[in-house]
Amino acid sequence: MTVDMELETVLRAPEVYQAPYPPKVITLANGKKLVVREAAREDVPVLLEAIRPTLKIERDYYDIVGVRLYAELLGWYRYRVRNEYCLVGQIDGILVGIVNGRMMNSDVGISLHTLAIDRGLRVGAHLFAAKMEHHLEYLGQQEVWITAESPIGFRRWMIEYGLEKQTDVQHELGGATSYRLSRELYFESKPRLVVGDRPVPQDLLDVAMQEIIIADEETIVTKICGVKGR
Amino acid sequence: MRDVAIVGAGMIPFGRREEDGLMDLLASASLNALDDAGLGDKTVDAVYVANMGGGILQHQTAVASALVDRLSLLPAAAETIENGPASGASAIKNGLLAVASGYYDTVLVVGGEKMRDVTGWRATDFVATLTHPLAEYIYGVTLPGMAGMFTRLYMEKCGVTREQLAQVAIKNQKMGALNPYAHVEMVITREGILDSPHAVVNNPPVAEPLHLYDACPVSDGAAAVVLRPLEMVKNGRKPAVVIAGFGQATDTHTLQEREDPTDLKAVTLATQQAYERAKVKPGDIDVAELHDAFTILEIAESEHAGFFKKGEGGKAVAAGKTQLGGQIPINVSGGLKARGHPVGATGVAQVVEIVWQLQQKVGQARQVKDAKTGLTVNFGGFGNNVLAFVLRRVDQ
Repeated sequence: MTVDMELETVLRAPEVYQAPYPPKVITLANGKKLVVREAAREDVPVLLEAIRPTLKIERDYYDIVGVRLYAELLGWYRYRVRNEYCLVGQIDGILVGIVNGRMMNSDVGISLHTLAIDRGLRVGAHLFAAKMEHHLEYLGQQEVWITAESPIGFRRWMIEYGLEKQTDVQHELGGATSYRLSRELYFESKPRLVVGDRPVPQDLLDVAMQEIIIADEETIVTKICGVKGR
Repeated sequence: MRDVAIVGAGMIPFGRREEDGLMDLLASASLNALDDAGLGDKTVDAVYVANMGGGILQHQTAVASALVDRLSLLPAAAETIENGPASGASAIKNGLLAVASGYYDTVLVVGGEKMRDVTGWRATDFVATLTHPLAEYIYGVTLPGMAGMFTRLYMEKCGVTREQLAQVAIKNQKMGALNPYAHVEMVITREGILDSPHAVVNNPPVAEPLHLYDACPVSDGAAAVVLRPLEMVKNGRKPAVVIAGFGQATDTHTLQEREDPTDLKAVTLATQQAYERAKVKPGDIDVAELHDAFTILEIAESEHAGFFKKGEGGKAVAAGKTQLGGQIPINVSGGLKARGHPVGATGVAQVVEIVWQLQQKVGQARQVKDAKTGLTVNFGGFGNNVLAFVLRRVDQ
């Protein structure tokens, strides 16, 4: 695609500096090592390939989460969404989950989406926690605005973190009910919800950084919907 | 009384079966059992259907009447059996008595439940309807909550540890991963659910001291058996399995009324009756399916069923005595913990698993070597209605 850089300077929104998210490693229930790290803008085409199979999965609202995450990451890739970031979870280099968010301003973070490809291991919970950690500990923000588009999300975020309902603001994701995670609430919840070891052992990090490996479409659908659709 | 044989056994994979309704589950498992029985032109005299929640979860009652029509088994007698999580074994007991007495020659028993139509919260609330409405339910008691309190007491009185509970979960999920009918097909490790500091998120508390991996999943599923008099089963193409003995006992509705809430009297009585009727002792049992809706229940039931002295069940798990190849392999199907617990199906699924074990049909990875006699314990309420069966292989 041809890009008119002169016009792009008008279309592209100015972005603020975002502190990097230091990678961490988490031991999952099955003993496997989940490396959580920040993805680069250049990784987006690969991530879109992994998200594409979810667009047709109605189960647990994967379709709406997938289609919106796809649009958000594409928007980031094309410089049409401001101050966005993306974290990925990898096991042996293979992508098992994606989370994204953005800085609305220096104080307020916006949680966008959480998509777990490997299920039943709390990958989504670990990645969401990493996202909150990024906003409040590394980006240095005061609060994060969160909404849920699935019952699982509601249970994981609103209930497990005891989020505060906000009636006076509108979340960017279409005005669905917005909830707030303050620094105080985050640090209160952190011991039971946010884990991970740093630094990541070099061998694990090397595998993760070398390539984001994407499973084929059938495997991704099977991972999300379960073996034999279970 | 006639000896009763299980001539057909069938099951469908447990799990989250969005594509199937309750009647689809029941019909599929029934057809599998009927195919296995190879009845030919023999008619089914009666159908007993175990189901606990159709009226609440699917707004459908009288499922047995609907099932006989669906299966074209009219005018077979049909009854739905609702006895909480022990519905499955209760339905088999009714079928057993009907055939043993001579009233019916061929009985189909099927148990099924569709619990994933609703959220986990509503499924938990549905199961909690078995508690005492005024002494328990109105105070918000759920089965996980009750099991948590039971576990705390059991730990204090009998020395069970969280490590031992985790070992039950690890053992049963390992076996579930080998069982094509199991809901949960994922191996877990001690590091991942207990030892690692990350386990606090991987395995969060559900009802202290019970954690996520101490509880069974909420499942859809169904299982079925066909019963006939042994005398009519001649030269079968597979080893005959007879119901050598059964027992059933009840206990107080509320846990608080029990002199010692850690004493599962109904399990003791039901298994003793089953052993006596079968003329066996606990040591004669080669394989057992116990009702491990929570890991603590496998340990407690293994003691009350007579396999271990009270206070020794947890240590037995730790020593590997209950694993495949151990002194008494327990829940080699994965148990409720991994196979799943669609409540109405569970008691029947336990029997199906033992039938397949005794017929050497489960595949080498899960097969208990030379298994000839098996036990099932189906635990209703919180131990207030328990049924046990001793099954025996009869080499013809």
